[in-house]
Amino acid sequence: MSALAHVPTPAGQPAAPPGVRRGRRRLLPYLLLLPGAAWLLVFFVLPLLQLAAASLYDPSGSLSTGYAMTGEVGNYWVALQAYWPQFARSFAYSAIALVLALLMGYPLAYAIAQKAGRWKNLLLVAVVAPMFTSFLVRTLAWKTILSDNGALVGLLRDVHLLGADGRLLATPFAVVLGLTYNFLPFLVLPLYASLERLDPRLLEAASDLYASPLRAFRRVTLPLSMPGLIAGTLLFFIPATGDYINAELLGTPNEYMIGNVIDSAFLVRLDYPQGAALSFLLMAAILAIVFVYLRRSGTEEVL
Amino acid sequence: MRSPLRHLTRRGLLTGTLGSATLLATAGTLAGCGTKGAQQTEAGCKSDDLSATEKKLAFSNWPQYMDVDEKDESKRPTLDAFIAKSGIQVTYTEDVNDNNEFFGKVQNQLAGCQTTGRDIMVLTDWMAARMIRLGWIQKLDKAKLPNVEANLLPSLRGRSFDKDNQLAIPWQSGLAGLAYNAKVAKEIRTVDELLTRPDLKGKVTALSEMRDTMGLLLQSNGHDPANFTPAQFDDALNKLKKAVDSKQIRKFTGNDYAPDLAKGDIAACVGWSGDVIQLGFEDEKIKFVVPESGVMLWSDNMLVPNKAGHKANAEELINYYYDPAVAAKLAAYVNYICPVTGAQAEMEKIAPDLAANPLIFPDDAMLSKSKVFMALDEKQEKEYETKFQQVIGA
Repeated sequence: MSALAHVPTPAGQPAAPPGVRRGRRRLLPYLLLLPGAAWLLVFFVLPLLQLAAASLYDPSGSLSTGYAMTGEVGNYWVALQAYWPQFARSFAYSAIALVLALLMGYPLAYAIAQKAGRWKNLLLVAVVAPMFTSFLVRTLAWKTILSDNGALVGLLRDVHLLGADGRLLATPFAVVLGLTYNFLPFLVLPLYASLERLDPRLLEAASDLYASPLRAFRRVTLPLSMPGLIAGTLLFFIPATGDYINAELLGTPNEYMIGNVIDSAFLVRLDYPQGAALSFLLMAAILAIVFVYLRRSGTEEVL
Repeated sequence: MRSPLRHLTRRGLLTGTLGSATLLATAGTLAGCGTKGAQQTEAGCKSDDLSATEKKLAFSNWPQYMDVDEKDESKRPTLDAFIAKSGIQVTYTEDVNDNNEFFGKVQNQLAGCQTTGRDIMVLTDWMAARMIRLGWIQKLDKAKLPNVEANLLPSLRGRSFDKDNQLAIPWQSGLAGLAYNAKVAKEIRTVDELLTRPDLKGKVTALSEMRDTMGLLLQSNGHDPANFTPAQFDDALNKLKKAVDSKQIRKFTGNDYAPDLAKGDIAACVGWSGDVIQLGFEDEKIKFVVPESGVMLWSDNMLVPNKAGHKANAEELINYYYDPAVAAKLAAYVNYICPVTGAQAEMEKIAPDLAANPLIFPDDAMLSKSKVFMALDEKQEKEYETKFQQVIGA
């Protein structure tokens, strides 16, 4: 511990004996963690445990009689059997939305980071500005834009992209569009942060070495933007999969996602064991996908 | 130089956290012996009334359910008059947006016999029935409610969940029936037309409130929503399912059908009379229809929950709103069905055109066509609600 000798003592404080100092230094990081950890414990870990317990309650219980703890693992199987289509739909919709968001978001983040010049800040504000209004208001605005009697549908009908009775609202298209739109900033911002640090001289060097623009992108830009890409896709995919507002407002019962089912299990049907089991299944599925994804993309950053 | 954080590695921390979490989880699961029942009894959960010393009242209601001054939206004439007359300071909060959500908000307190901080809350029939069944609602003193005794609309007396009219007193009532936008659809007269007419395909919505939608369907099959069998329910539900599968029904909604109906995205729907009347003021093409087979009558009820500290103050307010003159002023603003007899005569003095509106003051012909949905016990409620939710998609 010779290094300690070089640490200057704060003025006005008597130097503590070395043993005590070391003890305090050891404790310091944990003390700094304490507020955050306490917050997580009370508002995340304990409710999560409560939810885990609830998912194992006897399903024949009820609100008035209470639920007995019987370790009913069957709840999971029953829930999965009844609602696997909504599960599948959630993952399918958010995957499609993710691809669409990448196609739009990557060029956008790249343009802002590398090509925007003095417009950079303005464009960044433009990406973030919609977040100043509520998520609900933004989604409701799409209801107006996609309205059956709105200008957009009228135009699409006129050019025969939609049949005379065709519509956009209350279709899977509208739900995927809503997901893409609502979570796009979560993808763009981390990507921007990565791409902004990209040194353009590396690209010049690549082209000096006869790399085609495509090859330069694949070998230089893409690998260097990986941290942002990974963070962005996760920030997009996780909330999009659990979302239920877009399906509720822009879709129909045929587009309902697993979030809608969980909402109804807790609030309408009052089937707490099933709602808890569905929540855990969703968490487990997302965790599994994230884990595989991180392994595949070769990052050790998270675990 | 060695960082003081050196020995705090990510992996070490994760392992430690996971370890303690697992330990906690095991302990929690082993110790977690389920939950206690939410059922309360009058003897088991006694409430003290502080009304004699505290001139206060906390009143939770739905938005736009109280008259406001035309010039100053922050003034509520009937409520302000009550405050001036009684000296009771009323805290009026518009925090009921959805029966189920509100239930989620107060259920832990009421299940544990604790105060919700509210003296009156306004909830729809079926939710009132559920809370009464759970023993969460205080009995009111009929001696303090002479106006209610005298003026409560006869068809709202002796409802199955409140035989003696002393648990749930209607604030406003309304009808669930059909509505259409004449700009985009021809007149509609029956539930069957709504569910099968080809020109409406994909432009129809129904209410996600099971009792309203299913009540209308039961009636369209010639069955009585106030008294039906499980088989009759299944019949009606099959009819609904066919309409969902054939994509006739576009979605199931709460209040949010109203703007879509006004825009014409929805041509026809199952809707509530109050909403449709208000839309009708702005656009006369939007019309409410009482189907030939019958219509559903529902009420939002004033309830005094357990542990509410100001029951006598609450009774004073409830009694005040059953004064026909006050009820007429309120009804002139909210446009739902007024549950107070005698208010129609008072309304003629302030707004004669509203007094003649059968959707605010229903005539006998309309009342004879209206039904209140049967009170369900907990098992039936869960069974029917689950079946219904499966058809409507969640």
